[in-house]
Amino acid sequence: MRRFAYHEPATLEDASRLLTDLGDDAHVFAGGTDLLVEIRERLRRVSDVVNIKSIPGMSDITWDEATGLTFGALVTARQLETLRGVQETYPNFAEALRQLGSIQVRGRATVVGNICRASPSADTIPPLIADRAIIHIYSPRGMRRIPLAEFFTGPGRTVLARGEIATGIVVPPPARQSGRAYIKHGRRKAMELATVGVAVSLERDGDRCLEARIALGAVGPVVLRAAGAEAILKGADLTDETLARAGEAAMADCTPISNVRASADYRRNMVGVLTRRALRTAMEANA
Amino acid sequence: MKQIVELTLNGEPREMAAEGHRSLLDCLREELGLTGTKKGCDVGDCGACTVFVDGQPINACLMLAVEARGRTVETVEGLRPEGDVLHPLQEAFMRHGASQCGFCTPGILMMARKLLEENPDPTDAEIRFGLSGNICRCTGYTKIFDAVRSAARDIRQAGQQEATS
Repeated sequence: MRRFAYHEPATLEDASRLLTDLGDDAHVFAGGTDLLVEIRERLRRVSDVVNIKSIPGMSDITWDEATGLTFGALVTARQLETLRGVQETYPNFAEALRQLGSIQVRGRATVVGNICRASPSADTIPPLIADRAIIHIYSPRGMRRIPLAEFFTGPGRTVLARGEIATGIVVPPPARQSGRAYIKHGRRKAMELATVGVAVSLERDGDRCLEARIALGAVGPVVLRAAGAEAILKGADLTDETLARAGEAAMADCTPISNVRASADYRRNMVGVLTRRALRTAMEANA
Repeated sequence: MKQIVELTLNGEPREMAAEGHRSLLDCLREELGLTGTKKGCDVGDCGACTVFVDGQPINACLMLAVEARGRTVETVEGLRPEGDVLHPLQEAFMRHGASQCGFCTPGILMMARKLLEENPDPTDAEIRFGLSGNICRCTGYTKIFDAVRSAARDIRQAGQQEATS
């Protein structure tokens, strides 16, 4: 492995100061499942690794009906995946977690790390955006909270400024008549990066859609909201025809590229199919 | 700069000298001489380096050795219940020819052990899900799944005999 200096600060203040002083080649280390790979494969220049795991207060998970799900930056994907409250309340998020890497990787990988890596194909991002998650950020000037949908500025890029550290996520509680789904599309079932990922969170009153939030992964520079499809669904009766029109609108909402995993045309077609399917699953899951 | 890392390794207190940038995998193999844990891909894809840290299976290549301070680490060398007694999974892997070149076997044994501890009677789908982070390029997996099913039966039967005796 390439050499780097290792730091283990005890407070957010110390970690933030280290990151500010050491410059752009210093990186936060939480789960390490992306960072150590990037160091080993020389995808990222890293002079200093700042392990934030000794900082207290970022390992908790809480769930209640009033505030929803809250978890800190050190909570692993596997911890959340195996939590009954997550499985029952956020099946879209639970499905995304099951699809992320392997059990061994999820035992180390943190969800906040998966988010901060800001890959357009990251599995955990679409369901969290569809459920209006808020990300909490420590900044030397104080804490700030922003909607996850506004956190990403490009592939691998976020609004985090130098010295800022994401500390946790809050997912609001689900509305009463609501259902959710996440469908990951890949060439194989295990250890795969998403070719397309579609997350849906649907609120309804009987057969009428009150609001639908659709987040599309791996078909744009960041995870996208399918605004056109959402506009068609809002206030509409949830018929086969509405779902088909929403699927078509989602195809127009996305901006995929062709790469080694799939062509842009294929991705766009899959967005149509998977949006329809995810909407159907979310409707049927409706409590 | 090397740091002394104290840990519990396969039930025994141990210490190792580790530089901050070295992986747990490299230190297990090179500092402590425990070469049962294999280095396959070194980027968390193949599962050959699976060990338990505080009971959680992880890829030892994706953990820094200095992070093991104060933790409990279990490797394939700790799988055998006693010196000359094999674990039922090891017996079953031999019986079924579930190991060919053997490079993936330590990681698969560790992962299968975790699977059966949590779920003594897994379905085929659950076995596949449990082992999906372990890549084998020889067997085509069929014999591995046969061996895990067989070991699960053996462990359950042993448990029942113990309960009735």
